[in-house]
Amino acid sequence: MAARVLLNSVQRLIVGKAFVTRNFSSETRTVTLIPGDGIGPEISESVKTIFAAAQAPIAWEPVDVTPVKGPDGLFAIPQKAIDSVHKNKIGLKGPLATPIGKGHRSLNLALRKEFNLYANVRPCKSIEGYKTPYDDVDIVTIRENTEGEYSGIEHVIVQGVVQSIKLITKEASIRVAEFAFDYAKSNQRSTVTAVHKANIMRMSDGLFLRCCRHVAEKNTDIKFNEIYLDTVCLNMVQDPTQFDVLVMPNLYGDILSDLCAGLIGGLGVTPSGNIGADGAAIFESVHGTAPDIAGEDKANPTALLLSAIMMLRHMGFGDYACRIEKACFDTIREGNVLTGDLGGKSTCSEFTNEICRKVEAT
Amino acid sequence: MSFSRNLGKLLSWQVNNEFSRYTYSYSSNFTHEAYGGRHTVTLLPGDGVGPELIGHVKEVIRFSGAPIDFETINLDADHGDEDYLSHAMLAIKRNGVALKAPIETKQGSKSKNVELRTKLDLFANIIHIKSIPGIATRHHDIDIHIIRENTEGEYSNLEHESVPGVVENLKIITAEKSTRIAKFAFDYAVKHNRRKVTAIHKANIMKLGDGLFLECCTNMSKLYPAIEFEGMIVDNCSMQMVSKPQQFDVMVMPNLYGNIIGNLGAGLIGGPGIVSGMNLGDQFAIFETGTRNSGRSIQGKNIANPAAMLLASSQMLDHLGLKDHGKLIRESVKKVISEEKIHTPDLGGQATTLQVVQAIVKDIKEKTQQWYTHFNH
Repeated sequence: MAARVLLNSVQRLIVGKAFVTRNFSSETRTVTLIPGDGIGPEISESVKTIFAAAQAPIAWEPVDVTPVKGPDGLFAIPQKAIDSVHKNKIGLKGPLATPIGKGHRSLNLALRKEFNLYANVRPCKSIEGYKTPYDDVDIVTIRENTEGEYSGIEHVIVQGVVQSIKLITKEASIRVAEFAFDYAKSNQRSTVTAVHKANIMRMSDGLFLRCCRHVAEKNTDIKFNEIYLDTVCLNMVQDPTQFDVLVMPNLYGDILSDLCAGLIGGLGVTPSGNIGADGAAIFESVHGTAPDIAGEDKANPTALLLSAIMMLRHMGFGDYACRIEKACFDTIREGNVLTGDLGGKSTCSEFTNEICRKVEAT
Repeated sequence: MSFSRNLGKLLSWQVNNEFSRYTYSYSSNFTHEAYGGRHTVTLLPGDGVGPELIGHVKEVIRFSGAPIDFETINLDADHGDEDYLSHAMLAIKRNGVALKAPIETKQGSKSKNVELRTKLDLFANIIHIKSIPGIATRHHDIDIHIIRENTEGEYSNLEHESVPGVVENLKIITAEKSTRIAKFAFDYAVKHNRRKVTAIHKANIMKLGDGLFLECCTNMSKLYPAIEFEGMIVDNCSMQMVSKPQQFDVMVMPNLYGNIIGNLGAGLIGGPGIVSGMNLGDQFAIFETGTRNSGRSIQGKNIANPAAMLLASSQMLDHLGLKDHGKLIRESVKKVISEEKIHTPDLGGQATTLQVVQAIVKDIKEKTQQWYTHFNH
């Protein structure tokens, strides 16, 4: 500790300005926690308990993102929540219910725009102990999250004719491609595959492809190939082992990431992370709020836990991540204490306690 | 008597005209007269493994004894300019029916496959995904009919670069075409005794575009109260397809989702080698493989699976009214795949294309022998 302080001051002297090093190894980091609705609060508590058992250096700052009515009459995220994420840069989010009614914008969309979350990452790995027809899946889907087919630009040209605009820009495509290669490097993945339909959408997907190729040339240690979207779908359901990291525009990413989630067992066991500019990142569980089992201690915290583990890796706490992940997978593999959706009869608390026990034992 | 017949014609003309904007009746408009008892069919061998497979189809049809003559048009990546395309379209219009393999698109030019479909207004693409016994798959008992809008949506080919580095691609959805494909899907469900139609969309994000498509389907469903109707979002659908595909019956969707879900479905039952597809319009029909792969990597190696193209040809024979011959070819293909299990490498076997075709021809010969002995007694 003293050595690091000395190093800091030496660096400041040399560089001549306040040089803040990012201390990844031992300082406690504060993370914004958005518990969410429905089963959100229970599974967030589970994650906090497990992290406490592992003595992970994370301090939680819970915020409420329930929309409040602004001066313009529109509902928006409270400023306190926004400031918290800006300060901490890292967030963990539970499932949010989008209220139905006028003036409510999708909260997920608002978060995405506010923090410029340009890449959505979903690592899908088959979970031993949770049987699906596919046993050997190990795919990461990286999806461009801000433009593409979900740009939201639509018009009714004349009555009965609608035009939706798919927007592809060089800037966003290069940004997500660079992230894909960085992710592949830092997670020891060997191949990045760009998924496209440039035979039909020649200019738009053509631009996306050219950007990916450009970034691939700068990262020659990672293999790069291109594949048509329909070929991916065809081959993915026959043999998922042929794919490693997939990078693609928004719509294809939406469909393929859900497809991969379906291969490993659904949204209840799939982690997800949204990476933004300036180092901001929000990790979330992508399942629904399950209002029918909320408060009954029946929820499965696996998705949120795996997302939190992703978060630990992103922050550089790899060893804590490995310990918690091993405990979680061991619990599921042993199959004694499983929640209802995984095929067992235990409660959420029992499942959480079992994982805590395993974490403390290591 | 001629008065009542003319009156009948007049009334039906009026009925047809009033609803003709939005109706499509599957078989009533379709009249292909056999000229001298024989039908002529346009063949488009295309690129990749297309020419070999179409060659095998010609041979099998010849052995089946179907009264078909072929007119082969060589429209492919090298012969693809406007003249060739109009020549091919004229041939298809003249004959009414075509059997086609995918045509590769050279860099920078428009896709001929898409142009043929839009110019001939082949608005419905139908793929039947059905589990085939004898092929090892992870899922069983699948029986899905995928009906895909074939002419608009994301394949409208309208793109522009507003400033360098910013490209816009227009996806067009119209009420007319959405209603047309919805009606086609429900009529198809009624005709084939299916109980449920699922519309696949992303109307939560593309509220106007896919919202319009979903609205047209919902409105059409009200005219068919006996058929169950539901809408499903495309990402949820792909998740369901890999976990519980047995829940789907008839699915209707816009162009791009049809491409995705169709390929997904084909992968679930064993791959692109065994699924056939048809493109139907008011006046013309083109039959092809279900997943439209050109198979360039296996060209000339004698390992392509001929089943998809042969099943497409049997659908074509059904369409022309030669149901006995269609059934003959289809059953022989199914027998070779399911019972004799002569599989090409894509199905996990070691057989060559030629071996599969020879087995099919052998079976056809045995069956047609029985026909002739029956007729001669």
